[in-house]
Order: sequence, then C-alpha cells, then structure tokens
Amino acid sequence: MIELSAAIALGLLALSLAAAAMRGLSAASAVVYGTSAAFSLALALAGVWTLATQAGAQGVHLPIGLPWIGAHLTLDALSAVFLMLLGVGGAAASVFAIGYGRHEHEPHRVLPFYPGFLGAMTMVVLAGDAFTFLLSWEVMSLLSWALVLTNHRAEETRAAGYLYLVMAGFGTMVLLLAFGLMAGPEGGYEFEAMRTVERSPALAVLVLALMMIGAGSKAGLLPLHVWLPAAHPAAPSHVSALMSGVMTKVALYGFIRVAFDLLGPVPWWMSVPVIVAGALTAVVGILFANIDGDGKRVLAYSTIENIGVIFAALGLALAFRANGMPALAALALTAGLIHAMNHMLFKSLLFMVAGAVLNATGRRDLDGLGGLIHRMPKTAVLALVGVTAISALPPLNGFVSEWLLFQAVLQSPKLSQPGLQFLVPAAGGLLALAAALAAAAFVRFYGVIFLGRARSDEARDAHEVDRWSLGAMAGLALLCVLAGILPGVLIDLVAPAVDLAVGAHLPMQANNNWFTLVPVAVVHSSYSGLLVMVFVVFSGGASAWLVHRLASRRLRRAPAWDCGFPNADPVTQYGAGSFSQPIRRVMAPVLAARETVVMPPPGDATPARHEVQTEDLAWARLYLPIIAAIDYATTRLNALQFLTIRRYLSLVFGSLVLLLTGLAIWN
Amino acid sequence: MSSYAFDISHLLAGGLVLVSFMMIYQDRMYALLNTFALQAVLLGLAVAWQAFTQEAPHLYATAAIALVFKALIVPWALHRVVARMGIQRTVETVTGVMPTMLAGMGLVALSILLMLQLTEAAENALAREDLAFALSVILLGMLMMVTRRNAVTQVVGFMSLENGLILAAAGAQGMPLVVEISVAFSVLIAMIVIGVFLFRIRERFDSVDTEALDAFRGERQ
Repeated sequence: MIELSAAIALGLLALSLAAAAMRGLSAASAVVYGTSAAFSLALALAGVWTLATQAGAQGVHLPIGLPWIGAHLTLDALSAVFLMLLGVGGAAASVFAIGYGRHEHEPHRVLPFYPGFLGAMTMVVLAGDAFTFLLSWEVMSLLSWALVLTNHRAEETRAAGYLYLVMAGFGTMVLLLAFGLMAGPEGGYEFEAMRTVERSPALAVLVLALMMIGAGSKAGLLPLHVWLPAAHPAAPSHVSALMSGVMTKVALYGFIRVAFDLLGPVPWWMSVPVIVAGALTAVVGILFANIDGDGKRVLAYSTIENIGVIFAALGLALAFRANGMPALAALALTAGLIHAMNHMLFKSLLFMVAGAVLNATGRRDLDGLGGLIHRMPKTAVLALVGVTAISALPPLNGFVSEWLLFQAVLQSPKLSQPGLQFLVPAAGGLLALAAALAAAAFVRFYGVIFLGRARSDEARDAHEVDRWSLGAMAGLALLCVLAGILPGVLIDLVAPAVDLAVGAHLPMQANNNWFTLVPVAVVHSSYSGLLVMVFVVFSGGASAWLVHRLASRRLRRAPAWDCGFPNADPVTQYGAGSFSQPIRRVMAPVLAARETVVMPPPGDATPARHEVQTEDLAWARLYLPIIAAIDYATTRLNALQFLTIRRYLSLVFGSLVLLLTGLAIWN
Repeated sequence: MSSYAFDISHLLAGGLVLVSFMMIYQDRMYALLNTFALQAVLLGLAVAWQAFTQEAPHLYATAAIALVFKALIVPWALHRVVARMGIQRTVETVTGVMPTMLAGMGLVALSILLMLQLTEAAENALAREDLAFALSVILLGMLMMVTRRNAVTQVVGFMSLENGLILAAAGAQGMPLVVEISVAFSVLIAMIVIGVFLFRIRERFDSVDTEALDAFRGERQ
C-alpha cells in the first residue's frame, strides 16, 4: 500500500505541473479535478485497506530530496487514518470542483496548485523523516497560500494572504526547532531513530510546547488562529473545504505523531496547557462564529472551535496516558480522531453549501440571503444534514464524537492529580458551552440563509447548483449519516492507530447488538445511533402524519412573519445581527463588543444609526503590540544599512569576540 | 624527541602570534608587507614541523604552498601595488597603536583561556596549544582589518587571519589536502579580486581609503 500511496502523492504533484502546461485547454478543469478525485479516492481506499487489514508499518525509501538522505515514507495505522480522511475530503472537494470549477473566471489561478496541495498533504502524512515532513509541510503551506490568493484583486484577500504567509512561516520555523530538538545532537532525523532517543522531561515538555505552537498555528489554536478566519474563506469554496476540513487535520496529525508516537513519555502537567488551550479555543472560536456576518467566515470560526474540541480530547488522552490509564487514554484519543474525521465530513459539506450559495447568488453576507430553501431545495436538505451534524445532534456523526469526548471527561475523577480532577470538569463545562453555542451558530447560519424571505434580488433569483456539486454534497451528507448510525465501524477502523499511540484501544464494536456503542466497560453507558435514528424517523414521521391527519391535509399559504406587523419589507425579518445580539451582549467582554447609537441632531432628517463593533482580543492585545515592536525595531535598525565597511567588519569582529567571551565565561 | 617536538612547534606558533603583534605597530607599508612575509615563513616552518612530527607527508605540500604563495607571491604582488599607487607611507590607523596593542593582548588572553578550557578533554597538549595560538592569530588579523582604514592593510589583515586558519588546520591532524589546497587557492583568488578592486577604487576616487566609498553609496539619504 505504501508504494501505491507514494506513487499517488507523486502523481498528484506531477499533475500540478501538467495542469500548469494545460493553459488554454478548455477541458483542463474537468481533467485535473477528475484525476484528483480518482487519486484521492485511491488514497482513501489505501488508508481503509491498511486499517482494515491491520497491516504493520510499511516503509519505502525514495532517492529524491536531499542527496544521500532521500525521502523516507512510512505508512502505519496513524498515517492511514489521516490518509483515509484526506482521501475522502480530497475526493469530495474534487468532485464538487468539477461542477464548481465551471463558474470560475480564471481556472488557471487554481488548477496548477490544487493537485499539488493534495499531494503535499499526502506527503506530510506519509513522511517518515523530519526533512520530508518539514519540506512537505512547507510546500503544503505555500500551495495553499497560492490558492488563497486566487481572488488576488481584492485588497482583503491580499491582506489575508500576507498574514497567512507570515503565520505559516512562523509555524514552520517553530516545527523546525521542535524536530531539531527531538533529533538531538547526533541528528537522527528519521522518525525511526527519534523513537529510540531517551529524552529528559524538560526537553520533552519543550518539544511538546513547540509542537503546540507550530502545529497549532496551522490548525488554528488560540491565540494563533488570527489568520484562519481571514484566509480560509478567501479561497475558492472547494479549497476552503480542503483547508478547513483536511489541512487543519494534517496539522493535528503532526501534533499527534510527535506527542503520542515520537516523543515518548511526557509529564502529566503538560496536558494542562493542551486541555486549557483546546477548551478556550473552542469557546472563543464559536463565539466569533455566532457574531460574524459572513457565511464562510462563520464556518471558518467554527473550524477553530472544532480544532479546540479535538485538542482538548488530545490533552485528555495525554493526561490519562501519563497516569498509566491506557484504556481511558484510548477513549479520549478515539474521540479526538473520530471528531477529526467527522469534522472533515460536515465542515467540507458546509463549505460546499456556502460555495453553492455563493455560486447561485454571488453573495457571502448572511444579511443578503434568505429563503433559499425555495430556490435551492436539494442544497437546503443537504445543508440541514450538515448543520445538524455540526451541532452535535443525534443521530448524526457530530454527536458520536462529542459523546465519546464527554464520556472521557466524566472519567476525570479517576485521575490521580487533584489539579486535573478540578480542571478537566471545568474544561468539560467550557466544551459543553461551546457545543451549545455551536448549535446556536448553526441555527443562525441555516435560518438566515435558507429560511424566511429573500433579503436581496440575487437571493430571490437564485437557482439550484449543478449535479456534480450536488453529488459531492450528497456523498458527504450520506457519510455523515452513516458515521452517525454506524459509529462502531469507524471506531474499529481507527483502533490500530489508537493502539499505536497509547498502547490500548477501545473494545471492538462490530459484534454489539443494534450497532450499539459501548466504549469502555467502566463507563457504564452506551449509545446506539441506529436506534435513535429509528426513533427519530418513527416519531418524526408519526407526528407529521398525526398533524396532517388530525388537523388538515390542505396546504395553506398565509402571509409570512405576519405577527401583527404586516410590513412587506424583507429587512424586517429576524436577521443575522438579530440572532447574535443576545450572545454578543452577554459575552461583550470576550468579544470586546461596543454598541453606539448615533443620533442626528434635532432638525436633521438623517436616520439614527446603531453601530456595533467587535474585536478579536488576541489581535488587539497580542498581535498589534508585536507588530508595533517590530516596526519600532526595524525603524531603529534601519541605521545599520548606512554604516561604513570598516564598521561592518567591526560589528562582525565585535560579535565574534562577544560570543567567545560568553563561551569562556559560561564554561 | 617528543619534548623537542612540543617545544619547537610551541616556539613556531608563538612566533606567529608575536609577528601578528609586530604587524599591528608597523607604520610603513613596505615594513608591514615584510612582516607579513616573515609570518608566512614562520607558518611554513610550523606546518613543516607538524608534517615531520605527525609523519604526515601531505602537510609538506601545505607548507610549500604557504611558503610559495604567502611568503613570496602575495607580498611581491602587494609590493607592486603599493609601489604603483605610491602609498608607501600611508598606514592610517583608526585608533592609536597602544590601545590596539592592549586590545590585541586581551584577545590573546581570551583565546588562550577559551581554547585551553574547551579542549581540556583532548589528549594532545600540542594540538591544544596550537589551537589557542591559531585563534589568537585569527583574532589579531581581524583586529588589524578593523583598525586600519587603508584597503591594502585590510588585505594584509585578511591574509594574516588566513595564516591562523592554516595553523589550526595543520595542528588538527587530519584535514585533507584537497581542502587545504582549495583554501589556499581561494585566498589567492580573493587576493587577485581585491587587488583588481583596489585599482578600480583608486581610479575612481584617487584614494584607497575605504571611507571614501561611503559617500557614493546609492541608498544614502
């Protein structure tokens, strides 16, 4: 399987070059996206096959890359889980793009980068040494940056691209440090060699902290998330789906690979920052999703929330592992992995919905949409599946992973450290808050876009999207439902990866009756998606039938929203701002929300205005001071550009002597 | 035999440092070049002695290269440059000789302190002393580059710095000949390039004082 996967990864990279050569070919779009879809599907099958057959780690050594070192590629269970995730996400996005790409004005701004982006992500997942990992990581960052800049004529996009480039460069630098520390002075950059190195706890903590910063900046962990809500929505929608659904997961893969596989034991207290950062990221991310007025930015903020949830799960797994409780660590890690998979499914689906809406109406702002359920009924149904799943409602897949996570949170009293015993339930409370706010955010998302009446002419004249796009969305929606009612299959699939990471896995779920989920015997709780599904379908169908039977079958049309105020103007509807107002008021300190009412002076006929400003505190309190400090330092250091040759020599000489003196004193 | 070996190489390496100090207080260009040639001769002897005691014949080649290039060709070429430019008397120092000498002593103290400390684990006392002296020569060469205004003196400082590198390499037992030859050639080429530039600079600005260049830098506001 590794040979096949490596060949596909290289094939995708080669396809990028081919796409660049296909300028002017009218079918280029279909060819590139079609081939990418086939390749991605093959990757997904390779991942599933590796997991299902429980094949051990397979390696291959390619003579490309650094001379005499080449590239080591390894496919083990952990890689396979993410290969499966990447394959499914990539296939869906590519199929969607076959239809979506027809509407692109400049397809050649996307085509040469798209397959390479997929290929680079595959290489990151398959990498078996630090060089290959970091190189592929950087290629992935750069290609996604090029994709973000597709619509480069918009000033906003260019700003987002710049911010993304800076953050990506920073993240890779930090990862470089982390891997350098892990390799140690002997420079064993192969993962195989890194596993065997004995590390002091202090070094392990430092590496894990660096990984949190490096991988976290790519995944969108607080406070390194600032680029994400700007960059993800700026890309074309299928690329947004890939970046949010898949690339953030590749970043998680990097963290899991190091924290659970390469690094070895980590002190228990290092799980605290991971859990705290995860929980805070979840809450802050979803709060911003609740108040943002742009559909795709709402989705991007929700990605931040889900990354926070997954990081909290990983932190729990670290805590349980450090306490020698592999079964519970397996529970938390399974929750994290399943949630990563689920988030890929529903977030890709929702970004495609946003893309379909964008295609149909040309608008992303929630307050310009509305009533699309009449114009785009199929998309509306598929979107309903997506928002139900992301709101973690049973019987869909979002519920399963959150339920597993909360089962792990409820086991926290078994931890031996009092600090964790207090902290984990508190973090669980934050996660519950985030889950509730997520439901609120997606009620708003769905309600404002699809329900009510059209708020603009474009929304009124929208049309259903093409079959390819619908097919991709339907496939993802189907997978969401299947993963919700048959979660055991997925849990059994990831079991070898969990085993690899924490040395234990959940009991096999395949033989349980009614596809019931029984995670750990000690948990004493179980959940059957199928039974809930049957119940939901039955009770929902029966209620509908009873209502129609007992009331009236007749379809009645009445004035909408006619609650004693029959104003025909659609802007009188409950809008995006109205939905977010209560949350914005309650959470005003977190959101730095300010409301001002501008009253015109007496006699002035202009209308009064109600203005709302919110601000990301991380940006204001952390980034702006850093930017100001850099500005100040560079202005001052500018004088260094105008020294004489002798002064430059003196600088070199002085710093050499200084370093030597330091060395002499230090010794 | 072994005690002699140590004493003689100690003497030669120490001689190199001493000549570095002599170069610092020279105030005539020809005298400076002669001192530099003397340092190169000492270097050749030191390397040849290393070749003899280490029984490493390829070091004789290094010694020969040092003698031919550094003691003969480079000083001769610089002599010609100086003669053609008529700058025999112009050794312009930035600070006085005394502060420079004091700084040089400080540097030697620093490098001996540092090297003896760092190489404590090494068995070979000879290599340790050699490295300490070599670092001193390197630092003194840099000091000379920093404290002189004239481009020719800066070149001499650079060449003297490179002498220190060769001394370190010869003491280290095991630098391949290829590396030494390539270093020697790159230094020679650097000499040629710098020489060409010297004439260009003088053609333009009627001076080889590098400060004169600064007024012509484009980005200066």
